[in-house]
Amino acid sequence: MNFETTIGLEVHIEMQTKSKAYSPAPVVYGAEPNTNTNVIDWAYPGVLPQVNKGVLEYGMRAAMALNCEINQDLHFDRKNYFYPDNPKAYQITQKDTPLAHDGYLEIELEDGTKKKIGIEEMHVEEDAGKNTHNPNGYSYVDLNRQGTPLIEIVSKPDMHSADEAYAYLSRLRQIIKFTGISDVKMEQGSMRADVNVSVRPIGSDKPGVRTEMKNLNSLEHVRKGIEYEEKRQRGILLKGGEIEQETRRFDEPTGTTVLMRSKEEANDYRYFPEPDLPTYHISNDWMDEVRASIPEMPDKRRERYINEWGIPAYDAKVLTQSKEMSDFYEATVAKGADPKLASNWLMGEVNAYLNDKQIELADTALTPEHLATMIKLIKDGTISSKIAKKVFKEIITNDTEPKAWVEEKGMVQLSDPAKLQPIIDEVLDNNQQSIEDFKNGKDRAFGFLVGNIMKQTRGKANPKVVNKLLTESLKNR
Amino acid sequence: MNITKEEVRKIASLSKLEFTEAELEKFTSQIEDIMNMSHQLSKIDTEGVKPTINVTDAVNVMREDVAEEPTPREELMKNVPDHEDGFIKVPAILDEGEDDE
Repeated sequence: MNFETTIGLEVHIEMQTKSKAYSPAPVVYGAEPNTNTNVIDWAYPGVLPQVNKGVLEYGMRAAMALNCEINQDLHFDRKNYFYPDNPKAYQITQKDTPLAHDGYLEIELEDGTKKKIGIEEMHVEEDAGKNTHNPNGYSYVDLNRQGTPLIEIVSKPDMHSADEAYAYLSRLRQIIKFTGISDVKMEQGSMRADVNVSVRPIGSDKPGVRTEMKNLNSLEHVRKGIEYEEKRQRGILLKGGEIEQETRRFDEPTGTTVLMRSKEEANDYRYFPEPDLPTYHISNDWMDEVRASIPEMPDKRRERYINEWGIPAYDAKVLTQSKEMSDFYEATVAKGADPKLASNWLMGEVNAYLNDKQIELADTALTPEHLATMIKLIKDGTISSKIAKKVFKEIITNDTEPKAWVEEKGMVQLSDPAKLQPIIDEVLDNNQQSIEDFKNGKDRAFGFLVGNIMKQTRGKANPKVVNKLLTESLKNR
Repeated sequence: MNITKEEVRKIASLSKLEFTEAELEKFTSQIEDIMNMSHQLSKIDTEGVKPTINVTDAVNVMREDVAEEPTPREELMKNVPDHEDGFIKVPAILDEGEDDE
């Protein structure tokens, strides 16, 4: 029997506003426990939440970047549950009127096929605090994260393999990063995925029963979790069994999924409209304002690099992987660097340096201005490509102006024929044997002479000019 | 309107409350009375009336995204029965919370 898999993803992303969703306490990652909270986060009696304008605006940015339709008339809803990570005993979320709906993003698979994955809806809500369980029978609660704004993005069940889910998440992460609303770091929890998987025999008109895996915090776990679930569910169906609708947990050490709770134990959240918050209207003017604040998305940049700057498609794709790299590249070109050379340097030496040191571009001393200056020095022949490697090391580790540095260190390439010719003549005068060898067809003699000229100029002679002058000089001997 | 003891037991468990059989009996009949009273509202014809989300007419009450000084931890902890190293200390609840990691 052949099966098909259906996958839907619910992704929570922490939005990096300055203050929390419904309270003015600061949003800070990694602070001392309970030092970034206020009475609203703690649900002290009599407190009233108030919506942070930035949260709606950040949410709108995400919605627009994901081609969603914005719901212009909104309210919030209350989701009730008891757990010590949330002293209110409810989460303020959106159920009836999510911020946006019916969007999509385009994924590209390894083999180059492109596919649109639909987005069902996305809504604004708040994160809960963090519980740490201790074997001593107590849990320790830190409410710093309580009230941190989240956007939950619910995909349509449009994915049919672990690879597609992986591509969707990487793409979503890339797009959200470009909008600037979150650092979307899965390993730090600022992006978390709930994965719904179901399997059914091909041709069946009934949808398969789905299981849900909660809070996966790496792309690899998502891939492995889905692959395991596919296998597990197929196995049950092949034996004539039935899939139970349940919540499962991905178990990292074994790479399997483990039952967390069955449908019978599922929570009953008793949603109702949040009475502590009024309703919201998003005007066309407000939407235009937010739209204008969104940076150009990676696809648009990619097209521009290919069409306007003649950059190969693959290079354009690599350069637009992150907004930092893409912004840096554009700034370098704006400072006068040749687009193709700038692309080669960023993709080659710069990326190799970042990979080697395991750091980000922003952690280096490199500036677009210095890179552009160095590229111009190479292009106009002031420095050789060999010297350029030294210059590059200097400007990426120290904040050094390359032009002044090259002059100060005497690294300027010797390209002036009037200065090179006497040196060449001298070398030839002293190496009569090599001239004869060359005339007798020994090509190696040419290399020997070039080496000598280089030695005389301490490696500063421009090899192209030397080759030309030496060839001519040999003809005249 | 008929309320069963099972329903009351479920509401109690959702609220993390536990009752004796006698209490359950008592609450079942009380909740039934309350439901019957509130059920009178359903006799009103609401055809064509939009649901009321909020009783004020306020729209777009928002604050700018500016962080304020957090409330000092010592102040907040004054009402906490037990705390340690800056954490609130509670009996371990091993049931998985909604957004627990």
